Amino acid sequence: MEQPASAYFMEERHDPNETHTLTVLVANEPGVLARVIGLFSGRGYNIESLTVSETESHKHVSRITIVTTGTPMVITQIKHQLDRMIPVHRVVDMTLTGRSIERELAMVKLRGTGEHRVEALRLAEAFRARVIDATIESFVFEITGNTGKINQFIDLMRPLGLVEISRTGVAAISRGPEGM
Amino acid sequence: MSDSKPHDPNQMTGAAMIVRALADHGVKHIFGYPGGAVLPIYDEIYQQSEVEHILVRHEQGAGHAAEGYARSTGLPGVVLVTSGPGATNMVTPLADALMDSIPLVCITGQVPTHLIGNDAFQECDTVGITRPCTKHNWLVRDVNDLAKVLHEAFYVATTGRPGPVVVDVPKDVQFATGTYHPPRKSDVHISYSPRVKGDANAIRKAVSLLAGAKKPIIYSGGGVINSGLAASKLLRELVEVTGFPITSTLMGLGAYPASGPNWLGMLGMHGTYEANMAMHDCDVMLCVGARFDDRITGRTDAFSPNSKKIHIDIDPSSINKNIRVDIPIIGDCGNVLGDILQVFKSEAKKPDTKDWWKTIATWRARNSLAYKTNNDVILPQYAIQRLFEATRGHDTYITTEVGQHQMWAAQFFGFEEPHRWMTSGGLGTMGYGLPAALGVQVAHPDSLVIDIGGDASVQMTMQEMSAAVQHELPIKIFILNNQYMGMVRQWQQLLHGNRLSHSYSEALPDFVKLAEAYGGVGFQCSKPGDLDGALQEMIKVKKPVLFDCRVAALENCFPMIPSGKAHNEMLLPLEANDEATAAAFAGGKALV
Ligand SMILES: Cc1ncc(C[n+]2csc(CCOP(=O)(O)OP(=O)(O)O)c2C)c(N)n1
Ligand SMILES: [Mg+2]
Repeated sequence: MEQPASAYFMEERHDPNETHTLTVLVANEPGVLARVIGLFSGRGYNIESLTVSETESHKHVSRITIVTTGTPMVITQIKHQLDRMIPVHRVVDMTLTGRSIERELAMVKLRGTGEHRVEALRLAEAFRARVIDATIESFVFEITGNTGKINQFIDLMRPLGLVEISRTGVAAISRGPEGM
Repeated sequence: MSDSKPHDPNQMTGAAMIVRALADHGVKHIFGYPGGAVLPIYDEIYQQSEVEHILVRHEQGAGHAAEGYARSTGLPGVVLVTSGPGATNMVTPLADALMDSIPLVCITGQVPTHLIGNDAFQECDTVGITRPCTKHNWLVRDVNDLAKVLHEAFYVATTGRPGPVVVDVPKDVQFATGTYHPPRKSDVHISYSPRVKGDANAIRKAVSLLAGAKKPIIYSGGGVINSGLAASKLLRELVEVTGFPITSTLMGLGAYPASGPNWLGMLGMHGTYEANMAMHDCDVMLCVGARFDDRITGRTDAFSPNSKKIHIDIDPSSINKNIRVDIPIIGDCGNVLGDILQVFKSEAKKPDTKDWWKTIATWRARNSLAYKTNNDVILPQYAIQRLFEATRGHDTYITTEVGQHQMWAAQFFGFEEPHRWMTSGGLGTMGYGLPAALGVQVAHPDSLVIDIGGDASVQMTMQEMSAAVQHELPIKIFILNNQYMGMVRQWQQLLHGNRLSHSYSEALPDFVKLAEAYGGVGFQCSKPGDLDGALQEMIKVKKPVLFDCRVAALENCFPMIPSGKAHNEMLLPLEANDEATAAAFAGGKALV
């Protein structure tokens, strides 16, 4: 890269990106999600998926699951930067533990009649997707699974009259008897 | 009957709680500016005498004054401003304090809770705007949360890696009555517990690296200053015990004395040749309370390629952010230095660094701070040297603005003690130095407080001369007047074909008359022979001073690591002829 006339040295980074799923336990208080999202946008980190919900209301703790990509150095930075926020209790890298289960839920709306309709139902069954709404010319399927499975299902539905998708984003939990 | 009920002294208005909390945290001075949304607090301030309020002329001035106050005392600086424009004017000092880890507690007024979100008069989303430029911030919606939040605010600002915090208090909460409580442990989020003590294992490994070093260097930073006087003492002892050379960042000046035998001078873009070469060639680097900022490292892929690196920092996110280190030690600098010293003294002996010092001596001999003297015009470097000489024997504090003068101040003013040097390092805020000097003078009324300024920078916060006159703060604004935004001009000369686009300060004010207009004292000096006398006069004056020191207009600040170059590719002053300069900046486009 030719260096422009700048006060900064423009460095090329060659480290490959990795995808990590982070679980962040935070105090459930106003603005905490804005802080987390602001950190990501302010420092130029990626968010592939983000889910948040109160999980332990008696302790005022919410659980945020973030899927992010970056070089190993950036992923480490993200964890440190999250961890130093005042309302953040814990940050766990589910990908590093190597023992986590990830699930997403998607609702997929399809419009069509005849052959396409039959084919969609057949595929839905193979993917264990449920019909949660139906009219004579449409279906809404509900499907849970990891991100890859849902992507695959959606790809198959596309030529069959896909209208709309709503996804929850990833939730993750570790295997085995221990809590985090 | 309700009349006979004993009065609960902890029942009070939100406004009263704020003043009470300040007193409970030992705050003696606050810097501020009133407005509609903080009038109840100003009313409380009026009716007490524990906390003295310093009225500034612009909220940015209050912020930088509080920074100067904090940096020169080790105490948190406190600011009080109104909603809307008062809060937005504070953004620059908050960002500045976050970058340089300065503890600030800023209380902002907010429109009443029922109007929040309605675009009310002087409403702005203060917590939203200040979220990325504070360590933490709070909007207090219930008067019964106020005491807890204020105590937590002080705790967060001053512990761990210090930083600025904002407490946004709607006007109805200031009027409402609730229950106050003095500071207690449970006021703080349980999720916030900065680590102070370093890991014993890491410390042992670090000591064995240090003990085996042949070409060691200690690279210290602002964290040592923040950690307190004890940390500087321990750093000095470690240098003594190991015999290692030491350099420091801009923010760390004074932790080790400039007159000390092991001092190499500042490092980085405008650091000394010996400091940067020693960083580049060392085999063991001990980084204490510094963060491998890009002005320090030059190109990171060529940064100190053959060294093992130890990094002490209280903030885990500083570790491996820019430079990979071998032994990270999370903890407070003073605490960790104490442990390192203890282990070193009991398990290691002073390594033999004679050959290393010989090499360093050859670098030193290149005399990287040399400049061509002149009998007709004052060179800026000479002006700082004379200022330094003139202030010897005085109890001196120095602040700066941002630009060439700042770098020359760092290079040529010798700092012997911590907390004596206040400069905007991370954010590089022009206009910092004048109000910062004001804050320093409030904390140290009998000391000699000098802002080393530039002709462009001082105009950004000049209005605080009026505050200095009002509060009888005899700050000395020593302006290195080169009639340029010198640092910008230098970059344009070196990197943009000498096209001096908008870096000339047309129509500069007459600084002497300006000083007089404010009720201060003005000086002007343009002859090297007159400088010492004029400086003596300036020091004698017990009023705010603007000193217009006319210096050579086109002097460049050297030595310099051109951007994108490594530490061993510095451009030295006496070698910086046109060809060498062109070669050093090759790769940058548009060179003529
Ligand atoms: C608020 C702000 N705006 C712009 C800059 C960019 N800048 C850095 S140095 C500089 C010129 C400073 O000129 P002066 O104060 O005269 O100092 P000199 O370099 O001439 O010593 C400028 C414009 C800055 N650092 N801060
Ligand atoms: Mg100038």
